[in-house]
Amino acid sequence: MTFAVLIYTKPGTYEALDEAELRSITSEYMAIREAPGCVGGGQLAPVETATTVRVREGETLITDGPFANTKEVFGGYYLFEADDLDTVLEIAKRCPAARMGGSVEVRPLVQVPAAAEAGA
Amino acid sequence: MIERVFREHWSRVLAYMIGLLGDFDLAEEATQEAFAIASARWARDGQPANPLGWLTATARNRAIDTLRRERTLATKLALLDAQASPPADTDEQMSDTSIPDERLELIFACCHPALSQEARVALTLRALGGLGTEQIARAFLVSEQTMKRRLTRAKAKIKATGIPFAVPPDHLLGERLAAVLAIVYLIFNEGYGGHAELAGEALWLARALAELMPDEPEAHGLLALVLLHDSRRQARVRDGELVLLEDQDRSLWDAGQIEQGRTALARALALHGDGPYVLQAQLAALQSEQPIDWHEALAVHERLAALTRSPVVELSRAVAVAQAGSAEAALEIAEGLALEDYQYLHSTRAELLRRLGRIREAQDAYRRALELTRDEPERRFLQRRLAELRAQPEGAPG
Repeated sequence: MTFAVLIYTKPGTYEALDEAELRSITSEYMAIREAPGCVGGGQLAPVETATTVRVREGETLITDGPFANTKEVFGGYYLFEADDLDTVLEIAKRCPAARMGGSVEVRPLVQVPAAAEAGA
Repeated sequence: MIERVFREHWSRVLAYMIGLLGDFDLAEEATQEAFAIASARWARDGQPANPLGWLTATARNRAIDTLRRERTLATKLALLDAQASPPADTDEQMSDTSIPDERLELIFACCHPALSQEARVALTLRALGGLGTEQIARAFLVSEQTMKRRLTRAKAKIKATGIPFAVPPDHLLGERLAAVLAIVYLIFNEGYGGHAELAGEALWLARALAELMPDEPEAHGLLALVLLHDSRRQARVRDGELVLLEDQDRSLWDAGQIEQGRTALARALALHGDGPYVLQAQLAALQSEQPIDWHEALAVHERLAALTRSPVVELSRAVAVAQAGSAEAALEIAEGLALEDYQYLHSTRAELLRRLGRIREAQDAYRRALELTRDEPERRFLQRRLAELRAQPEGAPG
């Protein structure tokens, strides 16, 4: 199965860190990228860079900023191939955001039936 | 008779089928069909020599039939065929030794923390206890439709999110076992609160866990705890009114259950158990003695409070402090707890204040407890205590 590990950070977390702390957090995230089963991932640029697009009745609305103001900001993700949820929950636990006021959401990707058959 | 056999084998057969098929729904359907066939056949022809083997073989054959009908599941069928060629007739049995016991895998899947607590409870009662949807619905006062949806959603989540059908690895076992025990204890407490059939279920589950994990002290601790509490069921209520431990008619206690509880506790202690269930079971065992050794109880409470850091446990420590001799020290502990909306904080404070002769404050505390209580027998109990206070003069320790 493929799982998405979605990382939500508490705004202001990184700003509060000094350079050494920031380096150590970054290396933790890098290590997870190298973990067995990791097939992808990426870090998003800060939320200030977000642009939101909506199409309503044929009209495109482009606005500055994220689509919602929330207490936690989507900051990045990994994709993991794993046999079961527990393996991925262990990975999620290791994400610094999980212990730094943010949270980490684990969700399986929908399996395309044809691909699932071929893989079995 | 057939019912007892069913009860014992339901979870074994279901667990085996889930292990085989990797699909909760399909496994449940096949198991259900096998039990329905058995129910008709056994009533007529008598029970086979090896009921578990019979039921398992039949469930397997039912699953194969279903899979044959649904061609899209061809890959799974291949898997089944590859395992071993199934018996041509359901009367051909599987020997018990060829049927792995996968009930533990099933329990850990049903109590996985990725499921909501409601779902875990319902699924555990269904899969392990073999209760029907309508029975579970009745016990939790929801409609059968609601319970059916809850179970369906839970099974779908297990499948879609890859909740493992496995006993957790060592580094996860502690926290996952705690989650399993918590669900069983929750079911027991629902039963203790009135739904007697649930208490019976919890006892059965606790027994199964202790049997399946013979080296886990907390599993024996939980079994001891529920046995010791359950032994007082008959004495706990008199004419619809709650009876406090010290006022209970001890002849109504179930001596057999107390004995079994003590045996389970001894086993837990022999395994060097000192977790929360073992400690609570120790307290329950101490309460079953006459007279109660409150100093010993206080020592156990202190260990439990240090372990759990729960204010509710602190409150019962306060009660032990009072019983061991110092209502004043007990009150001091109780006053420091952040349990403003917890009825038992106020009823405990009330009792302590009464003992110290602070009658007006005791009355206020009883009134606050009454505001927070929804349970009818408990309300009446508190009202009685409040009425008794009117006879006691201020400043006279009771």
